[in-house]
Amino acid sequence: MNKNDIIQSDRRIESGEPLLELIDLKTHFKTERGLVRAVDGVTLSLKRGESLGVVGESGSGKTVLSRSIMGLLPSTAVKHGSVKFAGQDIVGFSAKQMRHLWGAEMSMVFQNPLNSLNPLMKIGKQITEPLKLHLGMDKATATATALQLLRDVRIPEPERRLNQLPHELSGGMRQRVMIAIALACGPTLLFADEPTTALDVTVQAQILDLIGEQRRDRNMSVILVTHDLGVVAGHTDQIAVMYGGKLVEHAPTKTLFANMKMPYTKSLMRSIPKLSDPSHTRLATIPGRPPDLVNPPLGCNFAPRCMYALPKCHVEEPPLTPTADPKHVYACWYPVGSPEFEKRDAELQATGYMPEDFSAVS
Amino acid sequence: MSDATAQANADGAASKRRLGVGFWIAVFWLFIVFFAATFAPWLPFKDPDNNYIVSGERPPYAPSGTHPFGTDQDARDLLARTVFGARVSLTVGLVAIGMGMLFGGFMGIMAGYFRGWWDRVISFVFIIFLSFPALVLAILITALLERSLRTISITLGILSIAPVGRIARATTISFADREFVLAARTLGAKNGRIIIRELLPNVLIPMSALALLGMAVAVVAEGGLAFLGLSVEKGPTWGKVILTGAGSRDLQKAPWIAIIPIIVLFLTVLALNFAGDRIRAYFDVRETAL
Amino acid sequence: MAGTGKAHLRDGDKVLSIEDLVVEFKVGRDSTVKAVSGISFDVLRGETLGIVGESGCGKSTTGRAIMQIPPPTSGSIIFEGAELTEMTSSAVREARTRVQMIFQDPVSSLNPRRSVRDSVLEPLEIWKRGTKEERNKLVDEILESVGIDPARAAESKPHQFSGGQCQRISVARALVLDPTLIICDEPVSALDVSVQAQVLNLLEDLKEKFGLTLVFIAHDLAVVKNISDRVAVMYLGKLCEVASSDDLYARPAHPYTNVLLDSIPEPDPEADHSVGKIVGEPPSPISPPSGCRFHPRCAYATDICTRQEPQLRPMGDGHFVACHHPVETPVEIR
Repeated sequence: MNKNDIIQSDRRIESGEPLLELIDLKTHFKTERGLVRAVDGVTLSLKRGESLGVVGESGSGKTVLSRSIMGLLPSTAVKHGSVKFAGQDIVGFSAKQMRHLWGAEMSMVFQNPLNSLNPLMKIGKQITEPLKLHLGMDKATATATALQLLRDVRIPEPERRLNQLPHELSGGMRQRVMIAIALACGPTLLFADEPTTALDVTVQAQILDLIGEQRRDRNMSVILVTHDLGVVAGHTDQIAVMYGGKLVEHAPTKTLFANMKMPYTKSLMRSIPKLSDPSHTRLATIPGRPPDLVNPPLGCNFAPRCMYALPKCHVEEPPLTPTADPKHVYACWYPVGSPEFEKRDAELQATGYMPEDFSAVS
Repeated sequence: MSDATAQANADGAASKRRLGVGFWIAVFWLFIVFFAATFAPWLPFKDPDNNYIVSGERPPYAPSGTHPFGTDQDARDLLARTVFGARVSLTVGLVAIGMGMLFGGFMGIMAGYFRGWWDRVISFVFIIFLSFPALVLAILITALLERSLRTISITLGILSIAPVGRIARATTISFADREFVLAARTLGAKNGRIIIRELLPNVLIPMSALALLGMAVAVVAEGGLAFLGLSVEKGPTWGKVILTGAGSRDLQKAPWIAIIPIIVLFLTVLALNFAGDRIRAYFDVRETAL
Repeated sequence: MAGTGKAHLRDGDKVLSIEDLVVEFKVGRDSTVKAVSGISFDVLRGETLGIVGESGCGKSTTGRAIMQIPPPTSGSIIFEGAELTEMTSSAVREARTRVQMIFQDPVSSLNPRRSVRDSVLEPLEIWKRGTKEERNKLVDEILESVGIDPARAAESKPHQFSGGQCQRISVARALVLDPTLIICDEPVSALDVSVQAQVLNLLEDLKEKFGLTLVFIAHDLAVVKNISDRVAVMYLGKLCEVASSDDLYARPAHPYTNVLLDSIPEPDPEADHSVGKIVGEPPSPISPPSGCRFHPRCAYATDICTRQEPQLRPMGDGHFVACHHPVETPVEIR
């Protein structure tokens, strides 16, 4: 993709086309034990300036998904399906082709800022490098831009920071620097992969707000990958819930929380301790462990752990079905609200969500 | 790293976790060499110092039925010399690494576990050992004392203490910080118990892998000393056998007088290195992603 | 150096009573990290005390100081009536059988080269409790009560279990000596959400079954609220607020507590997700601010806050706050 392509894509996006479109994206890893189906058929679209939350636990495939889109996978990975960025399919792009996009069009903020910043390079240099590389700026302009970026991410004393090394900054500040680097060339798509998990909760709030602010100012799309339902509740427009490599529920944020359909999502909500609950509230748990991605179970991936599963769930994989709201899809035979679910839920509530037949522990 | 890529990497590592055919071949070779060397006096080898001159023919004699490895230019049987040479070289290797593990390992673990004053003193001792030029020490000792198997082995042993000790120290430090050591303390274990039951099994395994590699180094070192005329005085060693062969005028006509002992040395060192590396990889325990 | 006061200490059957605890470390040649600077609290039998705060507040250091690893710089730690800081090291070692600890990293808490069952058996062997049959029986029982199959435990090493399972095994190991008090240092922070719920439920069940007293140290306030009866909030080595769980969250009095609660992302899109009123970066524990340590970042700070360290004052109903301008009005002491 060169500059002309980008300008043309911008025009198309202005007219309402999505910035990012995933069509049945699959990412498999070749290993000794077999094919690991890390991402197994995800279809989504994201408009310019919109924010998508990808929620899942370990092994759900959420991180592999964001790296598949960015093209940051090891050589054992095989991708199928299509990833359309600004109208162009980039799923088969080589690293050389992707390099034009990295930094300039799409960038990523990682989980652990200490590991993601070069410990031996000054902060200023880490920011000016992509500016010089992608935008061809000279040193003076790059430095001035870097300074402005540090101010944008609200780092105190930005002039001093330019000459400091990463270990001289706190965790929160390092994360801000990471964001500054990611934003340096004005990407249209920002991936934030668990950006706040390693940070204190007060700093977390500041970082999430910062990302939101930058999104609005730059009309940038953001994909926020996390395991924390609280984080996505306040900072996303739409949410995709992943389990065992599959997209199990996808809806606009408010709709999802108001009307969860997938029992997994519901169980996840119930297992989180909430401030609004009194102390010593019994937490509903999800028994068992995430599925084996080499030999996923027959039928629904979640069925072996689902307390609402019925025989059909173990045999046939449920397709993604829309609700009355076409933007809300879920994959379940007996979703929340269905008569089978409600019946079982009443039974479970009586036992305090500790069914005796579930001896599996994780 | 996501769980899937971690799984992919772990699966790749799983193939490393079998010891592999190569490992067993290496072990087999080492077994042969050790067996032959240990039981040499009772096995039907020729006398390594005897000159088996055949009247009418000038040595060196090519490999044949009577002399499977041929003879050197003084008509001494090379197979016998190689086997008896192995006794010296392997002894030197074992003693050297044994001393290294025993003294170096002990000091390293003390330094790594207790830190503070212990660490400062022991690390300083290591630095002194490491700064002393190995060759000078060897020359000194051999000049002042006799050039016997005992002195050579002990010399190389002394030189092994610091390198092994430093590895032991570093490994101990990395484990002593881990929470299971802290847990042992909170459970009421005394220091001695913690060192023996918690640290030692964890530290010993990387050290044992290192031991095999260290043996290889000691064997080669003995060869080097022989080249300088500083090795054991009596009897053949691999270094001396190679030296004798390499320095002969007959080398071009009779390449076996050097090549064969060189190959034996090479294969043994290779086997030691390879086995040591496989053991290290095999015991490299992977931790699960959460 | 003044601590935050003792107004909040109670009478009653106290398993643990800490007074004026100070823990400082030397760093380099001239600096000292003032990790914990004069805190006091108590834990009644059967209670779960939650200690909550962000990184650098000294909560983990406090937990370890109770275990005397390392012993604190000064202060008194009375465990079941005995003063731990005045004991010989062998007496402390003995006391350790009655107070145990669970750590944050589940896999790293177990010896990677030992079978998991052996790790659980270890404490019984250290203290030579019971006969071999009795030990084995106890270990099997406890492994089952934490949901781990003893047969599998006998033949598997830690890396063959998941994080949640490893944490259960650590809990089992802590239980075999039948301790009175268990200190949990961020036991669920490294676990997935659904696994976290299992471990929290497990701790509640075991607490009831074995009659335990818990000190639960964490940075996640919602988790702490869920499992604790009483919560203490720490900031930079000092106590800010102590109250019952429900009370702390219903009527937070300290500005810092308020900021903490505001910053938590609630899984509710209708909730207000704008940032709480905190500014700036956490200061260094080597040179903490004068007076109230929170004053540089506090929206309500005035002159007195820079000069005088606030002491814990009662707010009624066992709710205490160390602040010159608490968000709620303090109660008159009669």
